[in-house]
Amino acid sequence: MKSDIILAGVGGQGILTIATVIGYAAVESGLYLKQAEVHGMSQRGGNVQSHLRIADKEIFSDLIPDGGADLIVSVEPMEALRYLPYLSPQGWLITNTTPFKNIPNYPEIDKILAEINKQPRHIALDADAMAKAVGNVRGMNIVIAGAASVFIDIPFEKMEAGIGTIFARKGADVVEKNLAAFRAGRKQAEENR
Amino acid sequence: MSNKKIMLLGDEAIAQAAIDAGISGIYAYPGTPSSEITEYVQHSQEAADSNIHRQWSANEKTAVEASLGMSYTGKRTMACMKHVGLNVAADPFINSGITGVNGGFLVTVADDPAMHSSQNEQDSRFLGKFALVPMLEPTNQQEAYDMVFHGYELSEKYKIPVLLRITTRLAHSRAGIETREKLPQKELNLPADGRQFVLLPGIARRRYANLIKIQEKFLQEAEDSPFNRCIDGKNKSVGIIACGIAFNYLMENFTTSRCPYPVVKIGQYPVPKQKIEKLVNECDEILLLEEGMPFVEGYLRGILDRDVKVKGRMSGELPPDGELNPNLVRAALGMEDIGGAPIPDLIAPRPPALCLGCSHIDTYHALNETVKDVFGDGHVFADIGCYTLGALPPFQAINSCVDMGASITMAKGAADAGLFPAVAVIGDSTFTHSGMTGLLDAVIEKTNIVVFILDNSTTAMTGGQASHAFGRLESICTGLGVEKEHVRLINPIKKNHEKFVEIIKEELDYKGVSVIIPTRECIQTLRKKTKARKA
Ligand SMILES: Cc1ncc(C[n+]2csc(CCOP(=O)(O)OP(=O)(O)O)c2C)c(N)n1
Ligand code: SF4
Repeated sequence: MKSDIILAGVGGQGILTIATVIGYAAVESGLYLKQAEVHGMSQRGGNVQSHLRIADKEIFSDLIPDGGADLIVSVEPMEALRYLPYLSPQGWLITNTTPFKNIPNYPEIDKILAEINKQPRHIALDADAMAKAVGNVRGMNIVIAGAASVFIDIPFEKMEAGIGTIFARKGADVVEKNLAAFRAGRKQAEENR
Repeated sequence: MSNKKIMLLGDEAIAQAAIDAGISGIYAYPGTPSSEITEYVQHSQEAADSNIHRQWSANEKTAVEASLGMSYTGKRTMACMKHVGLNVAADPFINSGITGVNGGFLVTVADDPAMHSSQNEQDSRFLGKFALVPMLEPTNQQEAYDMVFHGYELSEKYKIPVLLRITTRLAHSRAGIETREKLPQKELNLPADGRQFVLLPGIARRRYANLIKIQEKFLQEAEDSPFNRCIDGKNKSVGIIACGIAFNYLMENFTTSRCPYPVVKIGQYPVPKQKIEKLVNECDEILLLEEGMPFVEGYLRGILDRDVKVKGRMSGELPPDGELNPNLVRAALGMEDIGGAPIPDLIAPRPPALCLGCSHIDTYHALNETVKDVFGDGHVFADIGCYTLGALPPFQAINSCVDMGASITMAKGAADAGLFPAVAVIGDSTFTHSGMTGLLDAVIEKTNIVVFILDNSTTAMTGGQASHAFGRLESICTGLGVEKEHVRLINPIKKNHEKFVEIIKEELDYKGVSVIIPTRECIQTLRKKTKARKA
């Protein structure tokens, strides 16, 4: 088993929480894990990425090779495309469709979405709206994590347990809301794969 | 499998190892990608319980010196910094090779190839070699953990500082770490030779001669080191030397098959000569894989570059600069490219920017109105921090960023040459790191400069660490001799814009040293505090 995942987004959008949820489940399943994060300069509203690697044997490189990612998981549509060189020919692209516009020259969103639709294997979902719909306005990243979970060979219950543990500190209500966001994302991906 | 392991960043693995190896203190100044080492110790309950010193230092030089002082007493200690920090600390670091140490002393330096968050991508191995000290370079996070123990043993065995060199990817990547049993801290035990640390020429000459003499022992240690390994391969057309993390990028290309070439994996320096010699003798040519500058490659080639056929960064098989990755190594091995699709043309760059509501924004608005708009381009010397982003649109307010503290001194030199106005912009933490001495230079000569010290109560760029300047800037400036009426405070908010502009104009008119201190907390640290209070 191996799952090489590029997590993408803009500094502050919460991609590291996605990594933590999946990572927790991976470690609980006795798998090897490596997770390269971006700290420092680019966190200031720049594009950020994290390389999350899960396998049932020793992992060498902290970086996923170009053309080697099984998944690109993005919380922002343009950022999903920025990392296309990493995606393997059989890989899936999972992305939020709500743009995060903090630059003056953000491309037309229709063109971005058209480019995403050109990808042979992709799931595009309006995770912001879906998070709102389940009453969790800040759970967009967890919706995306749920959609990604369909493509990762780790038991779903382990990931749910991960959410339970990670958000436990913030109370049962927050855990429930995040579970709802997670399941909504998963359902959407299952129905559209 | 990985059940008992804990997930740690490379930086955190080093920190946990330092705690487990029984350090009595860690000394550091923040700098990406090294900051998380010290932050981990600061947040560790274990470290608090065993009273390990873990406060920030004013800069890397004071950190290395304090570390050396702790080592003097026989205790284990670590100094941490980013690569350019070692330049600041070069004086004590290099001389500590000559004094030698007493308690185990590790200098951990995080290099930043590809300059993700740095002004350059220098390779600390050159400075380690310059200091003639043993060096360790881990391949992965577990090795980083294990090397800390090994480093302290080496340091105490030869009474020598040891350099632990890591790079960004290892520092900021998480992996499962198996920890060891915690060792107790050392007892106070002063140096046997009361003059060991007195580098008067007569003593220094003797100690330096000794340092040169024990190089052969360091070499033997490297030959025998568990971190330097030969891995055999049947295909002798190429022999591969892979240093530190570069070994991973090699192995990544052989996950389904065995690497057919003989490999020497290097994790401890000086370069293990016998191992390299054997490889060179049995192979037609050598491929050198190192993260950073061509350190081993340069030595192997020598000046004449003719006895060994070497492929690497200097001959173009690998790029001469930047970071390595599995694909670059794959290409150097002559293997088929597996790269994915290109980035679509419509993707726009998304550079980092000042946060909405950042106090630096208000300062740059006022500065541009008084300096840029009036005197044109080329008058503002700045420094390193979040405020360096003021070089980019829409502000384009500053014209330099060289090294910590250089704003004040460069403005002084320009003023000495007749430039008016000569303006310096420096952050609060950068000011106490290296700005104070330059300000004293200007005060002594009554140089006509205006210095902005941007006080956002934190070291923001590197993640919001405490700033030594907090609550002290005014008294530091007047203490250094800046006249009280020319130390001006302002709260940089929209409402105060006119007042701010007025202050700048007044101080531009004054022929001498003026300091303007815009004071408003970084909104990110403010947010963190509010969050913490709520939780
Ligand atoms: C010698 C050296 N040490 C450390 C760093 C890393 N570094 C970059 S900016 C900075 C401090 C910034 O703090 P401050 O001056 O207060 O400005 P702010 O980011 O808060 O605006 C540090 C520690 C560096 N570039 N060079
Ligand atoms: S982190 Fe703080 S200092 Fe840096 S840009 Fe944001 S608000 Fe400004």
